[in-house]
Amino acid sequence: MFGWEFPPHILGGLGTASYGLTKGMHNNGDMEISFVIPKPWGDEEKGFANIVGANCTPVAWRDVSYDYVNSRIGKAMDPQLYFDLRDHIYADFNYMRLNDLGCIEFSGRYPDNLIEEINNYSIVAGVIARTIPCDVIHSHDWLTYPAGIHAKNVTGRPLVIHVHATDFDRSRGNVNPTVFAIEKDGMENADHIITVSNLTRRTVIEKYGISPDKVTTVHNAVIPLSDELLNLPRRESKDKVITFLGRITMQKGPEYFVEAAAKVLQKNRHVRFVMAGGGDMERAMIRLAARRGIADRFHFTGFLKGREVYQMFRDSDVYVMPSVSEPFGISPLEAMEMGVPSIISKQSGCAEILNNVIKTDYWDIDAMADAMHALISYPALHTELRDRGIEEIHGITWEKAGKKVIDIYKSLI
Amino acid sequence: MKNVCFYFKIHQPYRLKRYRFFDIGNDHYYYDDFADDEIITRLAESSYMPMCDTILDMIRETNGAFKCAISVSGTALEQLQVYVPECVEKLHQLAATGCVEFLAGTYAHSLASLEDPEEFMREVKAENELIFRTLGIHPRTFANTELIYDDDIAMLISGMGFDTCLTAGAKHVLGWKSPNYVYNAATAPQLKLLLTNDKLSDDISRNFNNPEWPEYPLTADKYMDWIAALPAEEQVVNLYFSMDTFGSFLPASTGIFLFMKALPRFAAERNITFAMPSEVSSKLKPVDELSVPYPMSDIDEARDVSAWKGNDLQREALGKLYSVAERVSLCDDRKIKQDWEYLQSSDHFYYMSTKNMADGASHAAFSPYDSPFAAFTNYMNVLADFLVRVEEQYPESIDNEELNSLLLTIRNQAAEINSLNKEVKTLRANIINDDTLPVIEAEEVRPHSLVTDAPREAGEKAPKKRAARKSSAKTAQKKTQK
Repeated sequence: MFGWEFPPHILGGLGTASYGLTKGMHNNGDMEISFVIPKPWGDEEKGFANIVGANCTPVAWRDVSYDYVNSRIGKAMDPQLYFDLRDHIYADFNYMRLNDLGCIEFSGRYPDNLIEEINNYSIVAGVIARTIPCDVIHSHDWLTYPAGIHAKNVTGRPLVIHVHATDFDRSRGNVNPTVFAIEKDGMENADHIITVSNLTRRTVIEKYGISPDKVTTVHNAVIPLSDELLNLPRRESKDKVITFLGRITMQKGPEYFVEAAAKVLQKNRHVRFVMAGGGDMERAMIRLAARRGIADRFHFTGFLKGREVYQMFRDSDVYVMPSVSEPFGISPLEAMEMGVPSIISKQSGCAEILNNVIKTDYWDIDAMADAMHALISYPALHTELRDRGIEEIHGITWEKAGKKVIDIYKSLI
Repeated sequence: MKNVCFYFKIHQPYRLKRYRFFDIGNDHYYYDDFADDEIITRLAESSYMPMCDTILDMIRETNGAFKCAISVSGTALEQLQVYVPECVEKLHQLAATGCVEFLAGTYAHSLASLEDPEEFMREVKAENELIFRTLGIHPRTFANTELIYDDDIAMLISGMGFDTCLTAGAKHVLGWKSPNYVYNAATAPQLKLLLTNDKLSDDISRNFNNPEWPEYPLTADKYMDWIAALPAEEQVVNLYFSMDTFGSFLPASTGIFLFMKALPRFAAERNITFAMPSEVSSKLKPVDELSVPYPMSDIDEARDVSAWKGNDLQREALGKLYSVAERVSLCDDRKIKQDWEYLQSSDHFYYMSTKNMADGASHAAFSPYDSPFAAFTNYMNVLADFLVRVEEQYPESIDNEELNSLLLTIRNQAAEINSLNKEVKTLRANIINDDTLPVIEAEEVRPHSLVTDAPREAGEKAPKKRAARKSSAKTAQKKTQK
């Protein structure tokens, strides 16, 4: 498997989903998984997958001792693997900027020279493919498609690509041609494509012109939250709290949340609205809230991380995700697990699998306001959605998703 | 000799329009007339009218040997009168043949029998009156909303003077017993019970158009064979259908109307007769009594009331609605009474069901909403507005009993004033006749001031609530004066 992020060092949903899926597949048994990431930190969870660091993989021969390698990368990767990989260097990459182990350095993030890093990742994939025998190659998201294609060419094994998002979701139509080209190339060379929702599946088929019979949807799941997070105490408030949590960008539809909030506040002043997160539209939203005259009841928290996110869920009565386009959207599932009923847009992928949520069109602020009002005014609706929501979330496991992926593998081998 | 009773149910609720919370307090009209019009017109054209014609033909061709029963809810009949009066005309024709018995039920197809006995009796009375007004018939047999029945309801029904009641032959109640006998109610021995035969009803409504069914296709010949093959002692088969099964769920192209028309001929060959429920109940003696401690119905796999009271949403909505039952019965605002009627339709609660699998699919198929949660939200918004209107009638601070007695005094007062006025008139007349006593006049005109005196007296008895009472008495007074 080729991935870009892996918990605990994650920047978005990709890492969580890759981790959950890998673990779920491992729990189905009878499978050895090697997971390649650009830059392991050494504190990744091991046991269910063999982590291979791209920045620990030599592409040029260096005469180094076992102990030296161990001291340099032992924390992140088994040193023996370094020597196995060193035996499979396939070309002379000494012209590149390498470190003392003959490895290419990776940032493991999304730097400005991302395209170069993707290319380097694919060079490293050649070494790894020659070293570690495999039956199927699985690439997570467009950053790793070139690596997957390279590995496929080397080994002749089938390539499965996993589309967590497309550039159409990220840019709302203004696609970056370079990214589009990489995505399309990946999809055309793949033997099978897995999408995280039917929404994404349609995008792949319609926008990238891929034959529908090789595109399958495997919906994401949730990793159960720890008891510590589930038992966070609630900070009591006299008013009901309705929360938006996510990046404040065009894709997430924050302006619809503000407009709906204004409608609710016209009728009921005993509600507080919270917009948690940061993003390029944050200032515009602050201005909009002020213009609607609701700034006294509308609060911005700025970017939240880790525990703060779950504390925010705990303090909320309703969670709203009015995304304009969301390939999947894991946060409503987390909110539901914390016992917070959610209102989500019909345009988000998770709407396809969730029943105990209220779904509205992202643009239908009347419906959204109505749902908000109902959840804070009719306790029966709140408890029903809360209790059934928790129940429902417990039934959405990565094991089931992993099983579906394994079935796809079996059809390819 | 076996008797077959066909029952056809016609019911449509008044569907609610999309009612947002910001409409609460601003908009007091709740109904989606367009949807109601569209649905009832479509069903009348594809199902109700062709079915009525079929029944008429069957009666004429057999010289009255074919008989059946029809139940029409008040809300459906109202809608038919407004949107498809020609369908009411067909019902008239059926009533005139004397071969069709019209059943009593609840006006709005409501769940009042489970929630509020007094309201239930009022509903039944209203429905009876409507049937009599439009069709000139006094129903004698009772069929509750979706055949909901239990021991308590039996006593109510019997108390209202019905001697026969149709209910569901639910397996969990009958056990080894057969539905093909007449039973009597354990709590009201005079009340005879007719039970539906689920298997034979489903063979038509569910399987007639189901090619995967092993017995497919169903013919009238085969169907009557099955009925004839029942043990000789089992003398009555009750077949209960929603009328839109014929022509809508089973479109005319399936041949369902031809199937129905062929039934009498094959029945006659096998010495099977058709009967109306009241005939059956007077002809046959009950074989045993039936005790039903928990309510059962004809709906969903479970055949209980979980279709309407299965989750917290439904219980909350029902509880809130019936919490004002008494208040509504005290007021006499026609618009409120009408909304009260329409909001009680069981359909609103049916849409809120969160059941899964086959039951869930049939709930969703009838629902005008995306999800049970949308159904609940919309209903509760409407209900919130309705509750405000009911509260506005009389101040909340007075409890129902107090209000009732107060209203009584006010009404009596009106009568008193009338009688006093009369007295004044006669006295005046006497004065005119006999002008030797001119002094009395001034004293006898006083009754007018009684109007303000009476509430004051009431107020002095409980000084705390004086202000509230006064205002309520005044508003009520205005009403009585109107």
